[in-house]
Amino acid sequence: MMQFPQAQTLRAEGAGALPVGRRRGMTSTQREVWIRRFFIVAGFFSVIIMGLIVLFLFKEGLGLFAEVSVSDFLFGQFWYPTYDPADFGILPLIAGSVAVTALSSLLAVPLGVGAALYLGEVAGNRTREILKPAVELLAGLPSVVLGFVGMVVMAPLMQEWWDIPTGLNVFNASLMLAIMAIPTIASISEDALHAVPRDLQEASLALGATRLETLTRVLMPGALSGIGTAVILGMSRAMGETMVVLMVAGGAAQIPGSIFDSVRPLPATIAAEMGETPFGSEHYHALFAIGIVLFLLTLGFNLVAAYFSNRFQQKGAATL
Amino acid sequence: MVSATATAAQAAQAVNPERPIIEVSGLDFYYGDFKALTDVNMSIRRGQVTALIGPSGCGKSTYLRLLNRMNDLIPGTRVEGSVLMDGVNLYDPGVDPVDVRRRVGMVFQKPNPFPKTIYNNVAYGPRLHGVKDSKKLDSLVERSLKSAALWEEVKDILHQSALGLSGGQQQRLCIARAIAMEPEVLLMDEPTSALDPIATSRIEELVKELKVRYTVIIVTHNMQQAARVSDETAFFYMGKLVEMSDTESIFTRPQKEQTEHYITGRFG
Repeated sequence: MMQFPQAQTLRAEGAGALPVGRRRGMTSTQREVWIRRFFIVAGFFSVIIMGLIVLFLFKEGLGLFAEVSVSDFLFGQFWYPTYDPADFGILPLIAGSVAVTALSSLLAVPLGVGAALYLGEVAGNRTREILKPAVELLAGLPSVVLGFVGMVVMAPLMQEWWDIPTGLNVFNASLMLAIMAIPTIASISEDALHAVPRDLQEASLALGATRLETLTRVLMPGALSGIGTAVILGMSRAMGETMVVLMVAGGAAQIPGSIFDSVRPLPATIAAEMGETPFGSEHYHALFAIGIVLFLLTLGFNLVAAYFSNRFQQKGAATL
Repeated sequence: MVSATATAAQAAQAVNPERPIIEVSGLDFYYGDFKALTDVNMSIRRGQVTALIGPSGCGKSTYLRLLNRMNDLIPGTRVEGSVLMDGVNLYDPGVDPVDVRRRVGMVFQKPNPFPKTIYNNVAYGPRLHGVKDSKKLDSLVERSLKSAALWEEVKDILHQSALGLSGGQQQRLCIARAIAMEPEVLLMDEPTSALDPIATSRIEELVKELKVRYTVIIVTHNMQQAARVSDETAFFYMGKLVEMSDTESIFTRPQKEQTEHYITGRFG
């Protein structure tokens, strides 16, 4: 009973506060405009920064081609940047990158997709709840730690087991890169499998399909775009990764003849040489040109990933 | 597995056609500790449409899914009692649920065609069954789509995505897909609840035609639908089978008070 008059007073005050001009500072419309502007800036910030970096990369890198032709650069067999006269042929570096990326994918794709299938379809709920974060944690492992493991643990073991001149080679680097790519591939593939509507799984089982048949004929095709994207993102990560290949690939700028040869992938070259090259020299420009090549390669991978995720996307679930 | 199905089919030929195709006795079902069905006893006659009605959560869908062992897929469930189909207990340890599902087809509440072509949707089951010959598949697909009253609408677009069809067409495609397996029993779990009235009446017509060749068991929320399509009706309430008899008597002279309350709309 006592609350009733209070409520009336409140209502009276509320009514008094309604006219717009009475509020101090900005009106709500003004505030919305400012918030909107902030979001626009935030949205474009990364795009602008990205554009500026690419611009800088090209400005510094393209200078090289005044001295060296594009085909000599891309297809030259020798990378002797400090000789006189210097050789700026990056074919061995590209070959090194391609070799470690290809071999690491060969190792990581079956294991990553297999892990996704296990997590999504075989493991019980409780196992999955523990295992999935654990797999994702592996993705957060600093690459320098993996490089360290490759260098200190794997390299001597390989040398001993297979009696090879050095443990720092394509195989070792690929192994470490695969360990880095597995969580990416597993996690994204598992999400893709999980996104396939459960209705479809039931429909398939109700038609007398076994779980394996349902997996290969309904779930895998449904998740194909996601799995494809996962694989390509994993490969793109292996291609751009620097620290592991710098530490474990051996650093020899040669076209590898076997998986136990040392190589010098593109990112490792930039990282190793940038600190020792005079600003504005030919070598300096060559390293930026390598950056351009690397940028175009990873851009290509991402475009393929985007194509995959659009091309094979299911056109929605069965809706009305 | 094919030979097992064949023997089962021969057994079906051998049995007395007057004998119920499905005989359920003393069926209890648990989700973990929750008892969802209690002591269900039911006989389902061959070549008829049996409707299962009852309020939400009464266990009718759970019961339907027990008839093709779909509940096996839910962890932590338990079945007691027996479900005899042509005299064989579906829950016998020696029975493979995959074989059960080949003999007992199912159509779901929401149309769920695969994101494949119309043709491949219908051919999915037979291909699993080992039918590879393309002429055989062609004729099977055509026959199934005709039985589902969809052939005229899709015969020129068989190789387009099934997801481009309307909701009602998708549901008839799902029926065709189930029929392509030539099941003995067809389970339908509220097959029209996601459809508009016109699509609903087409499906109802279809159900009446299908009973010539298949035994149909249909769960429905819609009592008019049960009255229109079924020969027998079973009323479930709180996990128990309250009453079952021929549809006309259920709707005109229900024996139990709960049934009467439900069909006259006092609850549910």
